[in-house]
Amino acid sequence: MSTGTTKLDVVVSDVVPVNELVTRFHFRRRDGELLPTFSGGAHVVVEMRDGDRTRLNPYSLMGSPLDTREYTISVRRDDVGRGGSLFMHRSVKPGLEMVISYPVNLFSLDLRAKKHLMLAGGIGITPFMAQTAQLAGEDGNFELHYTCRTASLGTYADVLRERYDRRIRLYHDDRDERIDLDRLLSTQPLGTHLYVCGPAGMINWVRDRAAALGWPSEAVHFEHFAAPQPGLPFDVTLAVSGKTIRVDEQQSLLEAIEAAGVDPPYLCRGGVCGQCETNVISYDGKFIHNDHWLSEDDHRSGCKIMPCVSRFEGRSLVLER
Amino acid sequence: MGITFRKETFRDDFTFRNSPEHIRRFPFPFHEDAYMYAVNIEPHVVGPKGSVLENLIDVDEHYIAEMQDRALVLAEDPLRCQSLPHMTLAGWDLLELLMEQQALGYPEHFTLTRDGDRWRWINRPLGIDDTFTFGDTSTLPYGPMEYITRQSQGDFCILDQRDGNLWMDAGMVTTQADWSLDFDIGMNFFEWHAPVPLAHEKGIFTRALKFLTNIQQGKPARRLNWTMTINPRLDTSPENYHKWGPDRTTVTPQNVGDKVHLRVELQSFWRLPRSNGIVFPIRCYLIKMDELVTQPKWARRLHRVIRDLPEELATYKGLTRYRPTLVEWLSKLDDGSPTSSGFGPD
Repeated sequence: MSTGTTKLDVVVSDVVPVNELVTRFHFRRRDGELLPTFSGGAHVVVEMRDGDRTRLNPYSLMGSPLDTREYTISVRRDDVGRGGSLFMHRSVKPGLEMVISYPVNLFSLDLRAKKHLMLAGGIGITPFMAQTAQLAGEDGNFELHYTCRTASLGTYADVLRERYDRRIRLYHDDRDERIDLDRLLSTQPLGTHLYVCGPAGMINWVRDRAAALGWPSEAVHFEHFAAPQPGLPFDVTLAVSGKTIRVDEQQSLLEAIEAAGVDPPYLCRGGVCGQCETNVISYDGKFIHNDHWLSEDDHRSGCKIMPCVSRFEGRSLVLER
Repeated sequence: MGITFRKETFRDDFTFRNSPEHIRRFPFPFHEDAYMYAVNIEPHVVGPKGSVLENLIDVDEHYIAEMQDRALVLAEDPLRCQSLPHMTLAGWDLLELLMEQQALGYPEHFTLTRDGDRWRWINRPLGIDDTFTFGDTSTLPYGPMEYITRQSQGDFCILDQRDGNLWMDAGMVTTQADWSLDFDIGMNFFEWHAPVPLAHEKGIFTRALKFLTNIQQGKPARRLNWTMTINPRLDTSPENYHKWGPDRTTVTPQNVGDKVHLRVELQSFWRLPRSNGIVFPIRCYLIKMDELVTQPKWARRLHRVIRDLPEELATYKGLTRYRPTLVEWLSKLDDGSPTSSGFGPD
């Protein structure tokens, strides 16, 4: 099957600064038709044409799935990242024509749940914006606990409080407010499903405590925001296509492979879906695995790499691409 | 224009027939002179005019008769249609998909008008004109899945996706090749495929599941499957085995052409947008041997496929008892000349 998902031709219909770090972008279809329906937790991959570089970054859809006249995403500026968020903040203005993917959901609600317990950290709030809207439309039972650094960085906290009142609990780091996680996890009704999205440390903490307190793993859902990290440049040989490429400091391995005209399949570009898994033919050096897809054994074996988020340091790397 | 719908039966007097145009459009499933399992999945895109792929949801001359047969099955056994409580949203997804596709492909027969949540659905062949509120089950005479699948040819399984697996949590299944929704409901992908021989060893199900869980919205996929059925009976269910099982002992050299039917399933896979589930329509096409052999290439090829089929597959597909009679009958139509590659008739 072909690479990625079906594409949508859109135009940026609005750009709204939300706070000092986060800006919201609105997209409509260029042909004026409705956008495809989606489910809460879905993301789209936004194609950024930045000079001769193309970046493809995934962002959660945060509008209501009940309204498909436009899609909205929120982008947190990352001053030390690879430049995708800076491009969005600096160069994307209303009227710009862009290409995004069809929605893909790798962080779906479990509709069997009697109650949905949601834990968000920072910009991890975005998928919950859509999920709470979907559940509210169906009279669903949910409760959202949202941790942010300061009140002014509590992106959409005010909107959520206004919409859902006491179903939203806020915790501010600068006021030393902390979720009493063990108590929260120990007092849920049977049939509750737990969803967590935020920094890796928070996800690991919540998953560990849930496991320790006897939560079945099927009831614990999480979405990592594993944006590709910059790193030292390295050279790679693509054995199947017979090419040798260089991966720049600010480029992901997947982007460098694509720039060479080779198109591995992908969906999430964040190390979770498994689509771009690539076999290693030989290597001399060390892998920097950043994915959540391969097992620890796979990581140790040196036989596989997820080029969307992982890197390499060393003398030579030959991939089956 | 429009389809001329046949008056016919799939039980008792078995008056089901294919018109000459429908024989030529039959989805013959063998592209070469042998058959073995493969992950034969391809993108479900629109195919040539006059083929069953002209529209992504096919409506044909058997539409009204099939819907009448479905109503009879459901009246006797309501458990052929089941939807676990968390699957209602997926039912609405399916209702939207089938109404959109049928109205798009056959505007002379079906019309869908939408004004926000207020929808009007006109189904002329079945004499239905209903206005309802999308998302509000109380405005339809049945749940959304049952309502629309009483008006759509083929069986429908709706699979919930969770824990990296697919779960058979809803369906309308009345035209099945010897499996039971009531038995399989709630099972996961590996559980409901457990009885299939040979394919597990080939790792086919692991690969197929990986593919299916990654099916994307706007990118449906399809595959063909096949078996054989004695008499043109749509409902060959385990529940009614006592009615159709004994038919397999009635095949004689004299009645092969009339009684033995090739049964082809066009299976497609679609991501559902609101529920993130997968719908798996299984559309059954029947053709009797007398009709099939009007295409000499199909006659020669079917002879070679059935003759050389591995024993395990023949047993699984229930062909054992009448295979020698069928092969003998087909052999007279096979002069040994080569067949062109591809599915279509010459």
